[in-house]
Amino acid sequence: MILHTLGVPVPGATDPMAKFKLKVNGSTYDIEAEPEMPLLWVLRDTLGLRGTKYGCGIAQCGACTVHINGEPVQSCVVPISGVSGQVKTIEGLAQGPNLHPLQAAWIDHDVPQCGYCQAGQIMSAAALLAKNPDPSDSDIDRALAGNYCRCGTYIRIRAAVHTAATYYNAALDTTSEPEAQV
Amino acid sequence: MSINLNTMNRRSFLKVSALASGGMMLELSLPASVLADELGTLVGSRDLNAYVKIASDGTITIYSANPEMGQGVKTALPMIIAEEMGANWEDVVVLQSPVNQERFGRQGAGGSTTVPRSFDLMRRMGASAREMLIGAASDSLEVPRDELTARNSRIIHISGQALTFGQLAALAVRQPIPDPATLEFKDPDDYTIIGTSVSGVDNLVMVTGKASYGIDTVVQDMLFAAYHKCPAVGGIPVSFNEAEIKRLPGIKDAFIVKGNEVVTQLTSGIAIVGTNTWAVFNAKEKLKVSWDESSASEDSWTAMQETGLALKDRTGEETVLAKGDVTAEFSNEANKTIEAYYTYPFVAHLCMEPMNCTAHYIKGEGNDADAIEAWVPTQGPQRIAPVMNAMFGVHEDNVTVHQTRLGGGFGRRGSTEFVCEAVAISKQVGGPVKLTWTRTDDIYHDFFRVAGFQKLKAAVDKNGKLAAWDQHFIGMTRQGRPLSGSRFSDTEFPLLNINHVRGTKTMIDIGTPCGPWRAPGANTHAFVVQSFIDELAHAAGRDHLEFLLEIMGDRRWFDPGNVRSLNTGRAIDVIRRVADASGWGKSMPGGSGLGLAFHFSHAAHVAEVAEVSVDNNKNLKVHKVTVAVDVGPIINMSGATTQVQGSVIDGLSTMAGQKITMENGRIEQSNLHEYPVMRIAQTPEVEVHFIQSDNPPTGIGEPALPPLAPAVGNAIFAATGVRVRSMPLTDEGYTLV
Repeated sequence: MILHTLGVPVPGATDPMAKFKLKVNGSTYDIEAEPEMPLLWVLRDTLGLRGTKYGCGIAQCGACTVHINGEPVQSCVVPISGVSGQVKTIEGLAQGPNLHPLQAAWIDHDVPQCGYCQAGQIMSAAALLAKNPDPSDSDIDRALAGNYCRCGTYIRIRAAVHTAATYYNAALDTTSEPEAQV
Repeated sequence: MSINLNTMNRRSFLKVSALASGGMMLELSLPASVLADELGTLVGSRDLNAYVKIASDGTITIYSANPEMGQGVKTALPMIIAEEMGANWEDVVVLQSPVNQERFGRQGAGGSTTVPRSFDLMRRMGASAREMLIGAASDSLEVPRDELTARNSRIIHISGQALTFGQLAALAVRQPIPDPATLEFKDPDDYTIIGTSVSGVDNLVMVTGKASYGIDTVVQDMLFAAYHKCPAVGGIPVSFNEAEIKRLPGIKDAFIVKGNEVVTQLTSGIAIVGTNTWAVFNAKEKLKVSWDESSASEDSWTAMQETGLALKDRTGEETVLAKGDVTAEFSNEANKTIEAYYTYPFVAHLCMEPMNCTAHYIKGEGNDADAIEAWVPTQGPQRIAPVMNAMFGVHEDNVTVHQTRLGGGFGRRGSTEFVCEAVAISKQVGGPVKLTWTRTDDIYHDFFRVAGFQKLKAAVDKNGKLAAWDQHFIGMTRQGRPLSGSRFSDTEFPLLNINHVRGTKTMIDIGTPCGPWRAPGANTHAFVVQSFIDELAHAAGRDHLEFLLEIMGDRRWFDPGNVRSLNTGRAIDVIRRVADASGWGKSMPGGSGLGLAFHFSHAAHVAEVAEVSVDNNKNLKVHKVTVAVDVGPIINMSGATTQVQGSVIDGLSTMAGQKITMENGRIEQSNLHEYPVMRIAQTPEVEVHFIQSDNPPTGIGEPALPPLAPAVGNAIFAATGVRVRSMPLTDEGYTLV
């Protein structure tokens, strides 16, 4: 896991509010925040992107998983000052009017129960599929090891990732723009 | 297959009204059957109501009155209405209804009771709508009613002529309301929706990040709040570093809230209010508080365990049931006597969404009375207004509660303290606030699954038959009051099945709050009883399956007509089914084994077989769990299957490594790094078999959890010869892989 801790302030240092440019889901935002404010809370409370969830605050549950430059990170432990590059959240996963293959597969397999962890599960799975379009069970288990589901939907999560891979590859076959999937 | 109706009062009241747009609105209410349960009795059991709207464009809107926390009622109940109407599921839109006792009757979730309470009502609603649409079609087409059927959201004549529900809605409004006594329900053989797999109605908003849970609530001019209570329950804040906290970035205010020290209402603590969640969480970390702990809990898990050991060999203080002569059976030299002591710890709920509430205490201007508006992820939305009235003196009519989606419930979200805290903070700051608990708050201030200890002694006779059973239940009370899940009743299996039996109990009084936790009582009783029965089978040199079926005895229903009473016939059927499906009796490689368990709870008969292997380093792999369930007919096959699979995984996660301990009143686990939860790689295959018996449908959110622990424990014994008598397994040296 890449934490992007570059730029984290020295403990004990008092930091005034600082200005940041944050690129999220293709838009750029000017943010004024404490440098150590985690990306999670900037997304939720400042930008109103509340699909990313708070679960534990110590990178143990994965409910807050987003992508930074395509890598899955647990946004509850990434300070805003340490974010460089493109952030993608669950709200930005679908391409235009069409669901991402994972979102479609999640509905087709009726995966969610309470649903609270599912944005994080899907974001971890999306990062996996972007690199590995035909993952095995153990590939999936490794990629989703940091995502906890209290309702125990793991069986359907695994099945849905496999189904999404078939949707994903079918989409790859019909498009000439490999950039368009993630 | 036919379905027996619940023995409900048949009085019902249907209202019909026209929509301005040309559609129809049906409202129906009738008294609920009373099924006592943990949360249901708290919420009260009033009338049930249902609302259906048919728009002229054919859209059918069904209002879902009950909280949705992942158990699937928001999908299952509308399926029942749509089925009886003859609707296309694709035409149905489901909306969460507002909280309103008068309009929607009982609104609550808990005890796996929503489906049994509602099945008859939902069918009545759908059948009434269908009959009115048929009446309207009969008038328009000038054909007899018996030549018309409802299918695919249309009323179809035998000639093939058809009118859509949308076309008929405005006319149907003028039809007489059907007499409930004349309503006929669909033959289950003709079902096209009930019993199929339907994807949850909120899945699209959930997978796109647009579902709004309590924690996602935003209201205008809202501030963010955290609340800090003494880590030892009952401790009261005397002072804190107020000036320092108020200087921290994003902090608007910090103050002591005085409460009534009732844990389900308002415990004194320190409120921190700021401009975002992180600001208040960050400030909370920097609090330095002086507590008055003179009335605080001094609970010690170590001391409780010592008390259990000291009590175990005594007969319990109170006799629950005594029949026959256990003493004579134990002293009969022809009998073999077996004793065992079982223990289980406190566990936390750990809902993925921590407790939270957004509240606005609105000070009345001029002659206006004060009012409260609250957005709450709660299992008991209707319990809130009375508590607000008692705590803040606001009239119940001036309390508005919005029920949000719940990020998990499991019995945790029936209490109202997080609502009281948010309202108290809002009242002080004079504006709306969103209170969010940190994960640590959520663990420290949980209402835990209660711990306990049980001593069992049994005799098997020279034929290997169970002859006598003596069970000493060491449970817990809090401040002299019974705790959910710490009950030992005279109907607990197998007390009714044995001739020489004694059940006694001793209660230890504790200070730690406990409450309902998925399948209360059953989740621990099953572990003890079903593990011990396996011990007895081995001591008697018998096959566990055959021994268990012998205890079950003849096919009989102990309290006929009462779905909450064990039916040994249904028990035998699920046990035989799970044995067949799992290949019970097949030869297993070294280091691996099968374990069987059965449990009856929440009106459900459930049997499970676990297949495990254990290596020399005590790495435990649960390869597969096979489950056979009888909860009557299944409404949503997809929803029911995932509830069973989730219950098995929850049971395994809990058994594998979870325990809450406390010393000097302080909980020793602060977050997930100290409270392991099961991950995807540890997940077994879970194969689910439903026996769709000729019984009223009952709930499936809980009852598949209890048999898991004894099935795994018994499988570990089969694999290793070592008995599991204590949870969690990490304490016994096992690692779930």
